[in-house]
Amino acid sequence: MTGKDEAELSRLLRAAIGGDERAYADFLHRTAALVRGFVRRKIVKGGVDPEDVVQETLLAIHVKRHTWRQDAPVLPWVYAIARFKLIDAFRRRGRRIEIEIDEIAETFAEPEGETVSERDINRALDGLPPAQRSVVSSVSVEGRSIGETAAKFGISETAVRVSLHRGLAAIAKRFGAG
Amino acid sequence: MRTEDLIKALDADAGSKAMPLRSAWWLATAAAAVVAAAVFWLTIGPRLDIMIAMHTMRFLSKFVFTIVLAATAFALIRGLSTPGASTGRAAAWMVAAPLLVLVAVVLELFAVPEADWGTRLVGTNMMVCMTFIPLIGIGPLAIFLWMLRYGAPTRPVLAGAVAGLLAGGLAATFYAAHCFDDSPLFVATWYSIAITALAALGALGGRLFVRW
Repeated sequence: MTGKDEAELSRLLRAAIGGDERAYADFLHRTAALVRGFVRRKIVKGGVDPEDVVQETLLAIHVKRHTWRQDAPVLPWVYAIARFKLIDAFRRRGRRIEIEIDEIAETFAEPEGETVSERDINRALDGLPPAQRSVVSSVSVEGRSIGETAAKFGISETAVRVSLHRGLAAIAKRFGAG
Repeated sequence: MRTEDLIKALDADAGSKAMPLRSAWWLATAAAAVVAAAVFWLTIGPRLDIMIAMHTMRFLSKFVFTIVLAATAFALIRGLSTPGASTGRAAAWMVAAPLLVLVAVVLELFAVPEADWGTRLVGTNMMVCMTFIPLIGIGPLAIFLWMLRYGAPTRPVLAGAVAGLLAGGLAATFYAAHCFDDSPLFVATWYSIAITALAALGALGGRLFVRW
C-alpha cells in the first residue's frame, strides 16, 4: 500500500513540477486523502478541526514544493509537513500534543472523505486584498478557469495568475505566522 | 472553502516556479561568501606576512578547522531545511571540526612548554577576534536565515543555530587570514566563543523569523 503510494505520488509530483496540471490535481487529491487519514488518527481529542490541518498542509506542500528533492521519497516529505502543520495547529490553539517521530514511518494512512464546516482558510481569504481575494475565490469556490476569471474581471490571464499566486502565498504565510 | 476548492486553486497555480532548494543553497552560500569577503577586505584584510605564514602548520590548521566547520554545517542545514530528510549522518559529522581542534590543542600542549600556554591562549587579538568574526558573519547569517524561510525547516531553532555555525565557519575562515594568533589554544577558545555567539543569534533568528 505504502510502497505503491510512494511510487505513484512521486511520479505524479515529478510530472506536476514538469508542468503537467492533470498530474498535479491527481497528486493533490491523493495526498489530501492520505493527510486526512493521518491527521484524524492524530487528533483524538477535539479542539482542532482535522480538515483545517489538511488544508494548511496542502497549502504548505504547494508553496514549498521546491523543497522536495525529486530523487528522494515523497511520503516522508509529505508526512513531515503534515506533522509540522498539525503541531502548529495545536500550538496556535494553546494545546499540547505529543507525536512520536518514528510513528510516521509506519503510518498507513487510509484515504478518507472530507467533512464540511466553517474553515480557517475562509478567515485567511477574507484577510487578502480585494483583488487577490476575488481572483482566489473565483478560481476555487466558484470553480472558474484562469481564462474565465480573466474575462470576468476584464484583466489579462497573466494578471490573474499573479494575483492567484500572491494570494495563495499570502494565505500560506498567514497560517505560518500564527 | 472546501478542500476540493482549494485544490482547484493550487492546481491553477501549478505553473508557478521556484528554484529548487538545493540549488538555492549553493547560490546563497556563494552570495554569503561574497558578502563576508567584502566586509573582510573593507575592514581588516589579510595579515601582511600571509605568504610566509602559509608555510606554517599552525596558520594552515586554522583553515582546516573553519572550512571543515562550514562544510559540515552546510551539509546539515540543507537537510534541516528539507522536511522529512534524514539528518543523522550530517549531524554526526558536526563533531569533525571540534574533534580536529581538540587534537590540535593536545598536540600544542605537547609542543609548547607549560609556561607559554597562558600567553598562547590569550594571544594579542582576542578582542579583534571576538568583534570581527561576528561582524563578518552577520551578513551571511542574515542570508542563511532568509534561506531557511525559503526552505521548510521543521525544527526552526535548531536550523537557525546551524545557520549560525555555517556563518561562523565562513566568517572565521576569512578572519583566520587576518589573525596573528595561530595557536590552537587561541583558536579553540576565542574562535569558539565568537562562533557560538553567532549560533545563539541564529537560534534566536530561527525562533523569531523562520515561520512557514
